[in-house]
Amino acid sequence: MPSAASMRMTVSHVNFFYGPKQTLFDISLGIASNKVTALIGPSGCGKSTLLRTFNRMNETVRHTRLEGEILLDNQNILAQDVTQLRRRVGMVFQRPNPFPKSIFDNVAYGLRINGSKLTLADAVEKSLRHAALWDEVKDHLHKSAYELSGGQQQRLCIARGLAVEPEVLLLDEPCSALDPISTAKIEELLVQLKDLCTIAIVTHNMQQAARVSDYTAFLLTGQLIEFTPTPHLFTTPTDPRTEAYITGRFG
Amino acid sequence: MTARLRYRKFVSGFMLGMTGLAALITVSVLFFILGYLVYHGGTSINWAFFTKLPTPVGESGGGMANAIVGSAKLLLLASLIGVPVGFLGGVYLAEFSGGAIAFIVRYAADLLNGVPSIVIGIFAYALVVLPFKHYSTLAGSFALALMMIPITLRSTEQFLQAVPGALREGAMALGASRWKTIASVIVPAAYRGIITAILLALARVAGETAPLLFTAFGNRFWSPGWGQPTASLPVMIYTYAISPYDDWHRQAWAAGLVLLGLILVVNIIARAILARGVSIPRT
Repeated sequence: MPSAASMRMTVSHVNFFYGPKQTLFDISLGIASNKVTALIGPSGCGKSTLLRTFNRMNETVRHTRLEGEILLDNQNILAQDVTQLRRRVGMVFQRPNPFPKSIFDNVAYGLRINGSKLTLADAVEKSLRHAALWDEVKDHLHKSAYELSGGQQQRLCIARGLAVEPEVLLLDEPCSALDPISTAKIEELLVQLKDLCTIAIVTHNMQQAARVSDYTAFLLTGQLIEFTPTPHLFTTPTDPRTEAYITGRFG
Repeated sequence: MTARLRYRKFVSGFMLGMTGLAALITVSVLFFILGYLVYHGGTSINWAFFTKLPTPVGESGGGMANAIVGSAKLLLLASLIGVPVGFLGGVYLAEFSGGAIAFIVRYAADLLNGVPSIVIGIFAYALVVLPFKHYSTLAGSFALALMMIPITLRSTEQFLQAVPGALREGAMALGASRWKTIASVIVPAAYRGIITAILLALARVAGETAPLLFTAFGNRFWSPGWGQPTASLPVMIYTYAISPYDDWHRQAWAAGLVLLGLILVVNIIARAILARGVSIPRT
């Protein structure tokens, strides 16, 4: 594992509750800077819940409670203003969720609400280039985002997230609603984005985790079973439950 | 064909006919009312009807300009009071409240919507007319606003709730506060529905007579400002229809035709706005 100094985020002893039900149990792990960290596991294992603690998205759901500590650049995120935190930790969701606005306005949204002084047009172009979408949309930036295909919409959502220059980008099963070609484009993109920011991705697709990630965490029933460099986890897992999952015996 | 099968075919055909007949009656009632109004009131609608004051009894001619302006003023002020309250209340209901509070607000709005309009009128009389010691546009508008609030509130809530939760999350994940999320993403996504609902609420109260009888009262002349009794189309229809004069009867028909025409136009505009589509495709 990388040294503590190169960790962008550090999660220590996190417990999470939906009402009386505990869904995460004493999770500790680090998200390495400028790497891709994948969270895998069967449905309901808590991988999305864990990801959503990183930008405190869970707080939008009533009756939830978090215990433990999560550091971003050695500062406790739970003590920060949540809107500031979410500007630094962006998120891309399972289904593409562009706003009912133009392509341009979608990407500019985060800049506008944060009162950015940058020239919008330049920032929008830059983000769309980073998301490998510029060439496809540059001639109709003012068309509705809904005229794009599903894969393009998801890359638009990535561009929207990148526009505010986050330090960490969270992706919650970003390809589960997409076809294989769109999926391949996004995977290729993630590898390139490592230079720009730190990436954490939840996926139910083990091959995807193997292809794009540097580190992989395997979760089962709310517990972190194994967290190692990706090649290690997929070739020589130490826990029998990890081996059972990656060889397809359950999940 | 067996007797049993013939019987079943007959029942099926008969019931189909009955449902069609009921639908036909519904449609024809509207056209019958419209036709009747045009027949009786059409001849009395002329330029003077829209521009002149009512004439004294026995003098023919004259119009209802004061009632038309009065109704417009009543509806304008009622919207200024009722729409913000209903809209913001609907936003609260859809976006901020949960559990018991939401239940209470929703239930109260539905009950308020069911309060007979004459009772609303008495309430406005007690609250506005008595303290000010005279009938006024303000009192009438207050009564109409009370009727607009629950309609606007509940439909705002419904249209906001139809906006996918994924859009809320998308905006909040970019660092938008809850209010910013609502103002910049959720409401714009639902605004067509909300505007439609406001127009329908307006059309609904435009024809209300009972709440105006002892709030706005009536006036044979212009009603300057907001503190005087004012004429309005529905009350004018009521007064003229129960009068013993043929000339007034004709004018009442004409006023009915104008009022119904206005309401129909507002309805058609509202449906046209909604038909242009909710701006979010369903996933």
